[in-house]
Amino acid sequence: MRRFIVRRLVYGVVVIWLVSFLIFALSRMAGDPRQFFVDEYTTAESYEAMGRAMGLDRPLVVQYGLWFGNALTGDFGRSLYTRVSALDSILERMPATLQLTAGAFIFALITGIPLGVLSAVRRGTFWDYFGRTFALYGQALPGFWLGVMLVLIISVQFKLLPTSGKGDWTHYVLPAVTLGWGSAAAFVRLTRSAMLEILDSEFVKFARAKGVANQKIIWKHSFRNALIAPLTFSGILLAAFLTGAVVTEKVFAWPGMGSLAVQSVINNDFPVMTGSVMIFAGFFVGANFVVDILYAVIDPRIKYE
Amino acid sequence: MDITENTATATPRRISGQTLWKQTWRIARTWPLIPLIIIGLLVSSAVFAPLIANKEAERGDIFFKNIPPIWYTEYYAQNPDDPKFILGADALGRDVFSRVVYGSRISITIAGIVLSAGAIGGTIIGLVAGYFGRNIDELLMRFVDLTFAVPFILVALVVVIVFGQSLTIIIVLLIAFSWGVFARQVRGETLVLREQDYVSMAKVVGASPVYILYRHLFPGVFNTLMVVASLRVGTLILAESVLSYLGVGVPPPTPAWGAMVSDGRDYIATAWWSTFFPGLAIFLTVLAFNFLGDWLRDRLDPRLRQLAD
Repeated sequence: MRRFIVRRLVYGVVVIWLVSFLIFALSRMAGDPRQFFVDEYTTAESYEAMGRAMGLDRPLVVQYGLWFGNALTGDFGRSLYTRVSALDSILERMPATLQLTAGAFIFALITGIPLGVLSAVRRGTFWDYFGRTFALYGQALPGFWLGVMLVLIISVQFKLLPTSGKGDWTHYVLPAVTLGWGSAAAFVRLTRSAMLEILDSEFVKFARAKGVANQKIIWKHSFRNALIAPLTFSGILLAAFLTGAVVTEKVFAWPGMGSLAVQSVINNDFPVMTGSVMIFAGFFVGANFVVDILYAVIDPRIKYE
Repeated sequence: MDITENTATATPRRISGQTLWKQTWRIARTWPLIPLIIIGLLVSSAVFAPLIANKEAERGDIFFKNIPPIWYTEYYAQNPDDPKFILGADALGRDVFSRVVYGSRISITIAGIVLSAGAIGGTIIGLVAGYFGRNIDELLMRFVDLTFAVPFILVALVVVIVFGQSLTIIIVLLIAFSWGVFARQVRGETLVLREQDYVSMAKVVGASPVYILYRHLFPGVFNTLMVVASLRVGTLILAESVLSYLGVGVPPPTPAWGAMVSDGRDYIATAWWSTFFPGLAIFLTVLAFNFLGDWLRDRLDPRLRQLAD
């Protein structure tokens, strides 16, 4: 088990390193970083001096080493726009994204799991069709379009909830639903198939033969076991949410890390962009790592090699 | 006479002589008719776009800004001189219907190229990794892991700032993001197949690895390949539309569905049609391909059930 964890940890570090390498290579391909600072007061000498200050006169390998070293300590440079440290501007936006993600996660859990259980228990009835339709359609709906349509119907037509921005709890509803919709659909699918498999298993049949009450069979014998798949899956979801937040935040003008990243692309603001990618990659790799470990802990059939 | 004739024909009539309605229903239940119709419409609208679209897709007249769809008869009664827009006009006075029709070209082209390239590349890598095993397998599979571990949208954003918006960049990005699924699945199948006796026999009689891969292993993984490919189309079309929604897709004014949804967002209260229809097109297309993929999977390879989850 310990070897397995160490191995996974090494993979995680390698992925982060490769992402950093990719980002650095891309940033150098974008051209001389000095071009962003050049204005009408730049002379040939100050241009050279700027190059020395940024370490551009050294070999690329050394430049990469310096950049990576700084990135590890959280120094991605200053935003070319606001002149604020890129890390600070990202961290300032982080709570909003985490709140949105939490909202979406709660929505996906409280709609997806009960609906999955219901459609498995009442197999072949209206609820089953409803659950399966929801799962199929949910996965085909583009999140950004769903968001805009929710705004159109709920905010514009019926004026029930605000259209965009961040404020009191009413501002959370539409973005959380938009972001969580696809995952709710995935939860329905996972919970339903896990429940069906367990309801068909020998120990449930035995419990039925023994005369255990139906409610107890569903909730105590089956539901607990069926939860394993969706719960381990939620680790992957958290990572997917962070990427999905990029889109949802744009739809709802939500002041989070995702909209900051998109804005930095529009502004060609490289330090903020690379910082965001590195931090997102960190979240992503971290979540994948936790899921791998969780799988191995929960399901002993997984080989640790 | 009557009786014998009746009894003689009664049995076959039960089986094949159902009403037309029932027969249609039976076909519709066994064949994915509706998805096939939607995909057929999509492909023909991509191929015949210039014939179907009744207006220019890339240019509009700002004078016709946000004109409503054709069923807003009240509007057209008040403004009889305005040209008729089937699904309305967007904020730049461009015909939404024509743009949606032309938009199918982008989606189909991208999905087609990316899927073929990803499937071919992924299959070769999967076959090689599965057949040769050991270090080659380990190395190749770590690359697959990498494609899953990288936050795709963000890397795509950076790549687009560096290289600029273009169709080629989008295609390259999506290929880089999609070959891994094929490689992983094909490798798994190959691991099973290479242990089969007929593969060992081929080795014994001196067949070269390339010949074994092509002649003995590839046909075995073909079904899996088809299933994975059909389940991937939807994901690909969604990924492309997300990129174009974020403004890093195919450069404007080429109509792409995702970008159309994004353009219409600011006019949602006055002109809902310019966001609704392109989004609906994405939704129906992805839904149709997902249905088709599920159906193919159940037909060709029911063992792959977990793939959709």
